Amino acid sequence: MNGLGETLLDEADETVRVRLIVNGRKVNCEVAPRDTLVDCLRDKLELTGTHAGCEMGACGACLVQLDGRAVHSCLVFAVQADGARIDTIEGLSERGVIADLQAEFHRRNALQCGFCTPGMLVNAQELLSRVAQPSREEIRDALSGNYCRCTGYEAIVDAIDAVAKERSKARNAGGGGA
Amino acid sequence: MSTPLTSLDRPNSYIGRSVPRPNAKRLLAGRGRYVSDLKLPRMLHAAFLRSPHAHAKIVAIHADEARALEGVHLVATGTDLAGICAPWTGTLDHFKGMTSAPQLPLPLDRVVWAGQAVVAVVAESRAIAEDALELIEVDYADLPVVVDIDSAREVGGPLINPGSAHNTCFRSQLDSGSVDDAFAHAAHVVEEEFSFGRHTAVTLEPRAIVADYDPAAGMLTVHHGTQTPYQFQDLYSRHYGIPEARVRVIASDIGGSFGMKLHVYHEDMAVVGLSILLGRPVKYVADRMESFVSDIHARDHRVRARMALDAKGEILAMDVEDLTAIGAFSTYPRTSVVEGNQVIRLIGAPYRFKNYRATLEVIFQNKVQTSQYRAVGHPIACAVTERLVDMAASKIGLDPFAIRGQNVIPDDAYPQTSPTGYRFEALSHQACLKRLHEIMDYDGLRAEQAALRKRGVYRGIGIATFVEITNPSPAFYGVGGARISSQDGAILSLTPSGEVRCLISVTEQGQGTEAIISQIVADQLGIAQERVKVITGDTEVTPHGGATWACRGAGIGGETALQATRALKRNILEIAALILQEQPSALDIVDGEVVDAVTRKPRLPIAEIARIAYFRSDTLPPGTQAQLTVSHHFAPQGYPFAFTNGIQGCALEVDVETGLVKLLRHFIVEDCGRVINPMLVDEQLRGGIVQGLGAALFEECRYSDTGQLMNGSLADYLVPMPMEMPDIVIAHVETPTADTVLGAKGVGEAGTAAASACVLNAVNDALAPFDATINSIPITPAKVLKALKRF
Ligand code: FES
Ligand code: FES
Repeated sequence: MNGLGETLLDEADETVRVRLIVNGRKVNCEVAPRDTLVDCLRDKLELTGTHAGCEMGACGACLVQLDGRAVHSCLVFAVQADGARIDTIEGLSERGVIADLQAEFHRRNALQCGFCTPGMLVNAQELLSRVAQPSREEIRDALSGNYCRCTGYEAIVDAIDAVAKERSKARNAGGGGA
Repeated sequence: MSTPLTSLDRPNSYIGRSVPRPNAKRLLAGRGRYVSDLKLPRMLHAAFLRSPHAHAKIVAIHADEARALEGVHLVATGTDLAGICAPWTGTLDHFKGMTSAPQLPLPLDRVVWAGQAVVAVVAESRAIAEDALELIEVDYADLPVVVDIDSAREVGGPLINPGSAHNTCFRSQLDSGSVDDAFAHAAHVVEEEFSFGRHTAVTLEPRAIVADYDPAAGMLTVHHGTQTPYQFQDLYSRHYGIPEARVRVIASDIGGSFGMKLHVYHEDMAVVGLSILLGRPVKYVADRMESFVSDIHARDHRVRARMALDAKGEILAMDVEDLTAIGAFSTYPRTSVVEGNQVIRLIGAPYRFKNYRATLEVIFQNKVQTSQYRAVGHPIACAVTERLVDMAASKIGLDPFAIRGQNVIPDDAYPQTSPTGYRFEALSHQACLKRLHEIMDYDGLRAEQAALRKRGVYRGIGIATFVEITNPSPAFYGVGGARISSQDGAILSLTPSGEVRCLISVTEQGQGTEAIISQIVADQLGIAQERVKVITGDTEVTPHGGATWACRGAGIGGETALQATRALKRNILEIAALILQEQPSALDIVDGEVVDAVTRKPRLPIAEIARIAYFRSDTLPPGTQAQLTVSHHFAPQGYPFAFTNGIQGCALEVDVETGLVKLLRHFIVEDCGRVINPMLVDEQLRGGIVQGLGAALFEECRYSDTGQLMNGSLADYLVPMPMEMPDIVIAHVETPTADTVLGAKGVGEAGTAAASACVLNAVNDALAPFDATINSIPITPAKVLKALKRF
């Protein structure tokens, strides 16, 4: 048993440099092989808008965009994300791409403690990028991996539904929204 | 000044208006500041080694290797912390005869539940601390385990606390009227034994704490994800012997609480001690698995109840026995007997019968503690009562609405005192019943149900009336000796720029406390809401108060804000009157301007009054001292509690092949008195209902017979997710309390109070054609199939 402490320490000590494009900026990050992407974002890069609720892919609090697709950052090791483009709630907010979702969530109070909210928004954005006009059923289904203890979900569904309609309207009006 | 509170057409009339929460924007942008996000200079991280046994003697702890690991600063055991922390005992004086063993942050020689923290490691990072845990070996000697109500009550069976003769924590009895007589003369008696599984809060952000002791200043600062910073300031001060004024507790953003985060946890107390031992900030965030085995659980009741009725369906009496198993200790400082106490006191509360008898027995067992979680006792009291009412209705051949209509206390019969001693100021069961019947389209649902039954589709319709306890006075905890305040305090200032800053003792967990307080202040002063800044949750800054629990934020905190604002307004108008050479009574404030009270003509912006008072006091008449900061406290008086009421309904479908229950729609009519922000009230109701629906169908902490929690992860413990949850239709009846000017009562627990009762009734309604009944919550597919004799 005597060498175990050292072995563990050596492993923990050994870090790897990963290179990421986080919210549009190149970053280098020293991570241990066992660090997950959510740890790297929250602890190393201080992007604490991404949350951890279960660390096993069940709650959706940790959703971020990886190369444009929503992924659970608790299920990805930081080293696996090497070279990837990561967008978190902070970047999505600053770029204004989810401003309509945020405004609608605010208007309808589709959040209480707000801990699930970044993940909800990332997932809502993902859904609306895939399905232009989801039904309420489809919205609920798409959110079925996003746990919220506070709201009861209905206002979240309403908000996403309203934004879907607005975005479709804008598209049909030839507004040219992305 | 006597403008009615509800007139929505005057300027700055925010009371009764659905305005969004100003502070929600930060959270939407990922700019929340939760304790789990916090990083302080020189901060270390704690991790805990937990007991794998439900009951065992600690023979030896081998921690040398862990201590030697690079990056480890401290390995602490029970003895290390016992040297600096005074033990605590989770009893209260008004629960006569209750017992509980003293507790310490970490145990000295015995573990009493699987998952109990035994050794703490503090290291440079959480990962190193967890590595060190793996190097620690603890020798245990197994002790007999008590994991269910029956074995705990066995005479001569194993004892959880060696010092006591039995495993009973508390017993209580209520007896009023002549119960035996009523049952002897009853035309109908219905009887059932119910069981309510253990479930837990599962806040999305787990418990989080950063304790920061500065030995040079003798000052302890604790960043604590809690609802009740003042309670913890008091506890940390007294248990660690630090003067109260040198303990600061800051409760910043918090990822959900629902009662769970207002109890003393062993790890949290330990973290404070670890910081004191090290003189450095120490952080601990429970991971999800730790949350399941160490957060309080709730419920775990077995209730046998019977109800006597006359031939016409008039309820005559109820007779109830509640057995509830808590953990090995009663939780501190609010105890683990409040839930049982509320169960036996709330049963039957909506109805006017007077003969009532109940016994409560609270039992220790080798599991994590149970204690107050959203709607404490209400869901159990409600389910027991409402199921018996439905059973009676079907026996007598009455419709569920009819039997309730016949038995509820009439709306014009208040005030009333329940047979259990609760005093009701004014409730509105009749109005709520009527309204629910309409919004459900009850007759339509029944017709649809009948048509579908013919096609082999089994729909169920259930309703449940409820009464909720809100705005508690000192009768709740204070009288029992707990240093838990029932008053609140506010400090309100007119700033030099003419804005308002409100420091208030009620706290925010996302329900919108800060929003409604700013609405009340803006409304009562006559200023735009954007010009009011509300600050909560920092004992160094905000005045001492009860904070937010038991649905007291709006009713008590709101009234505190209202009275403080009126005091500030008087002071502002006094100075305005001096400047304008008027009588204060001739002036009013509208939209930030002092106006003529009669003509509403603007006279002077309040910003100008602030400027003069702060910077040109020389221009005020000699002897004038402008008081543009007021501090004000408000303690509820009059009724010991402001009871609210309401009724819920639901429609669901039972798949008799799989036993799965699909919720179709849920309804609630609720009366929380004055509604300050209808949108926020509705969202409280929805969130509360969904927690109740989770309890009804999914949530249960399942234990093995050796006391191991079998489903302690978010993959195994089922929580309500968006797909399974229905839309919820809401209507209100408003019966303000006359005990306050504001008239608001609480609403946070109403949803949870009756949702599971509603589902229980609806499932039984669906199963009626099969002569199958369910008497146990959660209603799992296995239980449904068993009832149908298909499993
Ligand atoms: S933390 Fe990643 S899904 Fe829960
Ligand atoms: S708002 Fe609290 S978890 Fe969703």
